[in-house]
Amino acid sequence: MSDYLVQFNNISKFFGKVIALKDVTMKLKKGEIMCLLGDNGAGKSTLIKTLAGVHRPDEGEIIVEGKKTIFDSPKDALDMGIATVYQDLALVSLMSVTRNFFMGREPLKGPPFFKTFDIEKANKIAAERMGQIGIDVRDPSQAVGTMSGGERQCLAISRAIYFGAKVLVLDEPTSALGVHQASVVLKYIVKAASQGLAVILITHNVHHAYPVGNSFTVLNRGKSLGTYKKKDISREKLLSMMAGGEELNKLEVELQELNRSSAN
Amino acid sequence: MSTKSKSIETKTDFNQDERLKKVSKLRLLLNRPELGALGGAILVFIFFGVVAGDTGMFSAYGVLNFLDVSANLGIIAIAAAMLMIGGEFDLSIGSMIGFAGICIAIPAIYWGWPLWMSIIFAFSMAVLVGYFNGILVVRTGLPSFIVTLAMLFILRGATLAITRLITGRTQVPGLRVLIEDDPLAWIFATDTFKWVFTWLGSMNLIALRTDGSPLATGIPPSVIWFIALAIITTWILMKTRYGNWIFASGGDKNGANNVGVPVGRVKISLFIGTAVAATIFATIQVLDAGSADTMRGTLKELEAIAAAVVGGCLLTGGYGSAIGAAFGALIFGTVSMGIFYTDVDTDWFKVFLGAMMLIAVIFNNYIRKKVTESK
Repeated sequence: MSDYLVQFNNISKFFGKVIALKDVTMKLKKGEIMCLLGDNGAGKSTLIKTLAGVHRPDEGEIIVEGKKTIFDSPKDALDMGIATVYQDLALVSLMSVTRNFFMGREPLKGPPFFKTFDIEKANKIAAERMGQIGIDVRDPSQAVGTMSGGERQCLAISRAIYFGAKVLVLDEPTSALGVHQASVVLKYIVKAASQGLAVILITHNVHHAYPVGNSFTVLNRGKSLGTYKKKDISREKLLSMMAGGEELNKLEVELQELNRSSAN
Repeated sequence: MSTKSKSIETKTDFNQDERLKKVSKLRLLLNRPELGALGGAILVFIFFGVVAGDTGMFSAYGVLNFLDVSANLGIIAIAAAMLMIGGEFDLSIGSMIGFAGICIAIPAIYWGWPLWMSIIFAFSMAVLVGYFNGILVVRTGLPSFIVTLAMLFILRGATLAITRLITGRTQVPGLRVLIEDDPLAWIFATDTFKWVFTWLGSMNLIALRTDGSPLATGIPPSVIWFIALAIITTWILMKTRYGNWIFASGGDKNGANNVGVPVGRVKISLFIGTAVAATIFATIQVLDAGSADTMRGTLKELEAIAAAVVGGCLLTGGYGSAIGAAFGALIFGTVSMGIFYTDVDTDWFKVFLGAMMLIAVIFNNYIRKKVTESK
């Protein structure tokens, strides 16, 4: 029995001839924040969907709390405590905070066959949970559309935690946010991890990832370039790895040669 | 952003919090989707009260008359509203009305079925048609506008063809004699609260016929169905888990799916709802008229959608109310009947209907912007 909460070992995913992911390995302990970095087209989306149970990996194994598992559907992943918060957040802006918070998992009351949605209880829990992260919803029946982007992100994360997430997979939680809002969300992510959750933070923004992450996995063209502990890698090194630093270096050299030859 | 940090600061300030709560409750009331339709209905009543107050429009007979028309439209408008909140349209409601009518009449008259069996048959067909519409929309991902437009033609055509094939005509009369003693038909064909009207008549409070019986004999079945449906659907939307799923499915079907709402099943059930409502409409009308007509219900789908829109439903789904659609139907029914009591040519009714809808859409659009406005 390992002390990892969740392990994704040598995950590969193919779409026909296209190799979307090849031998990606990630291991997370409780309270750990792993940042998954990659540029556009690096395979982040495919990896997220594989973690969330939307795609079944073609190779590799998923081990949750020491048990090897296969996710047949997003529900399977959710039942194992792996909750994915997508970029679109799965929030309906015309619906109230409470109705969004409990969407699909409404608390019920009343006799069988006449069970009603327990709005009072739901309102109370939603307001309480949002209050815990410093977001004061004056009225939990206000529409989510009136909230700021950061507040929505926090609502989506807080909802996932309330419904028993052990591993949070966050897809670009800060990409659409301003500096202040992003820092609020990141603070909340750190707080969530400190309470014992494992967090996989998917982003292309090293400046957001570096301050909060414990370890970093860089994805490039469907392959993992390795996982590094924070002490083993600098922000600059990460940045250059992500952006295909070697390629850029090569380009620089080539350009210099070109300049020299044209000067001659 | 500044509002946000402010809201964190004010968190501990309870006086401030209370004050904000009151304001947002008032705003919440203003943001209710049915507010526009309620206001519109009040305006319409004031208008006719002034213009036609002394004409008999507001006599017991007159009131029941426009309530009956409103209620008939309301039954399908409520179902259309539920479906619109769920993010889809049903353009086949009108054709379903005609189809359901002959599903009752042909078995009852030509095949010798008891009336109750024909009615059950019609409702079963409605469930099938609704299910088919729903599964087609959900499985193919095509816009329901197109799928149900196709169904509009298919059902109307089939209604006409089958009726002519079996009966040689386009109308099936002769149902009236079957209603009496039927164990089911009375649900769709009985005036209720007759004693109230008899009593009012005996007190000379309402108009009487020459034989002394009251002119208005009782509350028509359509009104009872309408009120019952309005209450049940409003309860479903506001108070049940299924209601939350309807809003979620219409608001963002991918998001809803991702958090475990069975979007497909919700939508299919709502399509069954519109087809069943069309059949309730058809049963009431067929039993009232004593005959089925293949063209019955033509263009009713558009009136139903118009009433739903006036009632605050957004065309994009996820927002609206059943009670709003009920008020929308009340507006249309009242105006369509009330116009007879004024000097205005009835030809102008459609102009009013269109204008009303335009105003409603503009108003709703404004409301939605207010509701979803980011701070």
